Amino acid sequence: MSKVLDNLRYADSHEWVLVEGDIATVGITDYAQHALGNIVYVDMPEIGDEVVAGEEFGAVESVKAASDLISPVSGEVVEINEALEDAPELINEDAFANWIMKVKLSDAAEADALLDAAAYAKLCEE
Amino acid sequence: MKYYDKLIFELSHSGRKGYELPANKIAGHALESIPESLRRSVPAELPEVSEPDVVRHYTNLSSKNFGVDTGFYPLGSCTMKYNPKINEEIAQLPAFASLHPLQDSDTVQGALEVYYNLQQALASIAGLSEFTLNPYAGAHGELTGLLVMRTYHEKRGDTKRRKVIVPDSAHGTNPASAMVAGLDVVEVKSKPNGSIDVEDLKPLLNDEIAGIMMTNPNTLGMFETEIMEIADLVHKAGGLLYYDGANLNPLLGRVRPGDMGFDIMHINLHKTFSTPHGGGGPGSGPVGVRKGLEEYLPNPHVRKDADGRFYVDFGKDSLGSVSTFLGNFGVMLKAYAYILTLGKENIRNVGPMATLNANYIKESLKDDYLLPIEGVCKHEFVFDGLKDKSTGVTTLNVAKRLLDYGFHAPTIYFPLLFHESMMIEPTETESLETLDEFIDVMHKVAREAAENPDLVKEAPVTTLVRKLDETTAAKHPVLTYKAMLAND
Repeated sequence: MSKVLDNLRYADSHEWVLVEGDIATVGITDYAQHALGNIVYVDMPEIGDEVVAGEEFGAVESVKAASDLISPVSGEVVEINEALEDAPELINEDAFANWIMKVKLSDAAEADALLDAAAYAKLCEE
Repeated sequence: MKYYDKLIFELSHSGRKGYELPANKIAGHALESIPESLRRSVPAELPEVSEPDVVRHYTNLSSKNFGVDTGFYPLGSCTMKYNPKINEEIAQLPAFASLHPLQDSDTVQGALEVYYNLQQALASIAGLSEFTLNPYAGAHGELTGLLVMRTYHEKRGDTKRRKVIVPDSAHGTNPASAMVAGLDVVEVKSKPNGSIDVEDLKPLLNDEIAGIMMTNPNTLGMFETEIMEIADLVHKAGGLLYYDGANLNPLLGRVRPGDMGFDIMHINLHKTFSTPHGGGGPGSGPVGVRKGLEEYLPNPHVRKDADGRFYVDFGKDSLGSVSTFLGNFGVMLKAYAYILTLGKENIRNVGPMATLNANYIKESLKDDYLLPIEGVCKHEFVFDGLKDKSTGVTTLNVAKRLLDYGFHAPTIYFPLLFHESMMIEPTETESLETLDEFIDVMHKVAREAAENPDLVKEAPVTTLVRKLDETTAAKHPVLTYKAMLAND
């Protein structure tokens, strides 16, 4: 079954968030990479872009389908995972180690409203 | 059968040719009239082969192909029905095939009459006012239709309407076409039974909505029974309804999109009207509109004057041109031949037979395959993979295994509503024996998945090439012979 890590927060659109200070690291979950299948391209935002919670910030393309990435938090993109440009399959290898973007949070409370590991694991089972 | 996978370039031998030309008596002259900068400095690298080399090469390759003429092709949403040979015969008549699009209309009255009659026939089948036959395929028709929608709002000065509502079950071309037409996409959710959630739709409707795109029956093959209410809501909000004609087949001669409240639609002649589809194309995606929108259709149009003469017309309020000349005329001839072959009475039998065939397969297989939405479907339906998920055998594996048994795979991983979608559309043109054979094989694959899952996971084993590396194919496609050599 899909892995869920206890120290992360989750969106019901299958992104994970790790908050450290005012920086949130965002990726897609193990469940999401399983559902997508082999990932061939990750369309990432640019550094300096503003992302808004609940809105699209990029897309993941797999051999099955292209899916929008929905940002679980709001703020400014301060870093993107450039390794994914040449090796998007890293997400298939370890979805939690291979984050997509880091965001300087404009509203830290947003992350608190996300699902915890237990609630997300339950969502995946349904 | 002998293994054959060569490229024509691999057969090339320097100096070999299949022709003999007399000595060139004007050598030099022709070249000198072309400026130096436009002349080739090195000869073109064409394969040097004899006539038998060429004939054997392409005949061998053609035998590797799979098409409706070789076997059952249950590709959902694609309506891979049989392409009657009489259509081809008509389209190949020299009087049609040798026409030039710049000929004076006085010299092509017959062709223009066919064109005009097809415009009229489609309008009658769709319950709409007027059709353009210009667009080259389904998605091109969607783009054209959405440009009609956009032009309609803009000509009224209603420039705020930039959003198009698209269901989460829609064909992927719908949101893509809306983006290309310069409109924004808003998603409306489906209910658990797969149809549009009217309660989710209501709050989306406001004065920024240009319209909604729907296909009915939807991509799960289920008829949207609340269509009249949806049409009413969207119209009251000032929007238009677009009908994606990919799923028109089950409704032919029975239900008209115009009567369901649709304002604009496209028809895939290469699906519903039996013209070749896919590699055998080209396609054609006529667009029809209700009364009041005709003037926005693209140019040119074929019209009939009071004396019964046909002429090519250009309207001044048109959104412009979307094609060179009048579109894919050869395809139109085939579609028109199909309509005339069936006639008004028989065209009504297409939908019920397609529906019966789809339901027969669905009911015969639902013990082995997971049917997420029960009930009578229309021309197609969706399984969510094998019922027994414990074996690890996926929809992709089942699809590949079907190739081993000589069937084309169904559409897989679409619609996106389920993880293991397998979309099956048999069409009306298949016999009971073919359907039974397919059902037997699907049962057999399900048994194999339970008893020997690795066998299914390793499929296909009997095809010319085994399972392809789809990731590398998508990321690093090698499309040229030279690049292949460089990679060796």
